[in-house]
Amino acid sequence: MNIRKNIAISDSGFVFDPTSGESYSLNPIGTEIVKLLKGDQPAEAIKKVLLDKYDVDESTLERYFDDFIGMLRQHNLLENGE
Amino acid sequence: MSKIKIKLAATGLNNTDNPGPGVPVIRSIRESGFFETEVVGLAYETLEPGIYMPGITDRTYMVPYPSDGVEALLERLEYIQSKEHIDVLIPNFDAELYTFMKSAGRLEKMGIRTFLPTLKQFEERHKSNLPHFGKKYGVLVPESKDILNYQDIDKLREDFEFPLMVKGKFYDAYLAYNEEQVRMHFNKITAKWGLPVIIQEFVRGTEVNVVALGDGTGQTVGAVPMRKQYITDKGKAWGGITLDDPAMLDLTQHIIENTKWRGGMELELIKTTKNELYVIEINPRIPAWVYLAVGAGQNLPEALVKLALGMEVKAFRNYEVGKMFVRYSYDLIVDLHKFEQLSTAGEVEPLMPEKQLSNR
Repeated sequence: MNIRKNIAISDSGFVFDPTSGESYSLNPIGTEIVKLLKGDQPAEAIKKVLLDKYDVDESTLERYFDDFIGMLRQHNLLENGE
Repeated sequence: MSKIKIKLAATGLNNTDNPGPGVPVIRSIRESGFFETEVVGLAYETLEPGIYMPGITDRTYMVPYPSDGVEALLERLEYIQSKEHIDVLIPNFDAELYTFMKSAGRLEKMGIRTFLPTLKQFEERHKSNLPHFGKKYGVLVPESKDILNYQDIDKLREDFEFPLMVKGKFYDAYLAYNEEQVRMHFNKITAKWGLPVIIQEFVRGTEVNVVALGDGTGQTVGAVPMRKQYITDKGKAWGGITLDDPAMLDLTQHIIENTKWRGGMELELIKTTKNELYVIEINPRIPAWVYLAVGAGQNLPEALVKLALGMEVKAFRNYEVGKMFVRYSYDLIVDLHKFEQLSTAGEVEPLMPEKQLSNR
C-alpha cells in the first residue's frame, strides 16, 4: 500500500493532491501514518510502529487504521486505486 | 535588452462578477519583460470597470455592439486607429469574435494585427457542433442537440435522460431536471442570446479547465490546467489552482495538433470518476482566469502578442503546480466628469492612482 508519488505532505499535516487540486489537513497521527506510507513502509510495519509508540490496543488501532486507509482510498490518494 | 514598444487594444474590460478576460490579458502583457505596452481599451458599456482602473488602459474608446454590424465597428476602429496607431488587437468576447475574424484582413490593412482562430476552427468547435467535433478528432464529448422551440423540448426524452444541461449559444448554462425547468431556462437564454439553445447530456464529475495557446501549425505554445476551487452563482471561478494532470495536457495537445488551432483557447472538461475526460466546451479565446497561468510561469497573452507580430515563440515546457488565484472585488471612486467624458465623447482616460488616494 503506497501513497501516490506526486502527493505532497508538509510537517504541519497539510496534504496537497496536485492531480485533483484538493488539499486536506491531517492531525499529527494522520500525518505520521501518511509519512510512513510515503516512506514505502508496509501496513504491518506501520501498525507496529504505532503500537510501540502509543498507548493503544491492537484491535482499536486496527479499526482506526483501516478507517483511515479507507479514507485515503476514498479520496484517491493511494497508488493505482489500492 | 531594451523592451519593444507596442500599442495594444483589448476588449473585455468588464471585470465584474461575470468577468471578461480584458483586464487580466492587459495586466499580463503590461508585466511582460519583452514589451513596453501602451493600452487602448475598447468598451461596449460605460461602466466596464477596466475603463477606470488605474494602470490598466491608457485610454478607452466606446465601440458599437457586434449586433450593429461589421461596418459600424470598422468605421469606429478606423477613427480610433487614426488617433492611436494600434499594433495588436485582442478581442475577448465570444460574441464579438466572429466579427473580428471576418474583419481580420481589413484590420491588417489598417495596421492592426490579430491572432485569432480561423472561421473553420471557430465554427466546428461550436457547442452545437461538438458531437461532430468529438467524432472527427477522437475526443469524448457529451451528446448535444440544438433546440428551437417548445415542441423540441417535449421530444427531449427520446434522446436524453434527465438531468441535462441547457446552454446558450455563447454564454450561460443551467442544469434542468425536467421539461418545465428546460422551458424556464430556454426562455431566459433566448431572451439574452437568441437561438439556438443547446441541450447537452449531463456528465457527472469534476469540472476542470485548461488555458492554452496554439501557434496555428499544430504546436501548443503553452497550456496550464486548473480546477475551480470556488465557483460563483454565475458559474465563474472566484478561486482556482493549477494541476499536475498529464492526461489533460495530452488532450489539449491532441486537439491543438489536430485542429492546428490558432490563438488562445479554453477547454472546459469534465473528469469522471473513471478518470475519463469529456470536452464540454471549447472557448475560442483566452479565459478570464489567464493570469493564473502567468503566475504559474506561462505568460500566454505575451506569447499571443508575439505571434500576432510574426515573432518566433518558444513553447513553454513547465508551469508551477499548486499555484492559486483568488479574485476580489474593490470599489473605485469615479468622478462624474470621467463618466460624462465617456458617455458624451465616447473616449476617456482612466483614473490616476494618486487621485484615487486623495479623492476624499
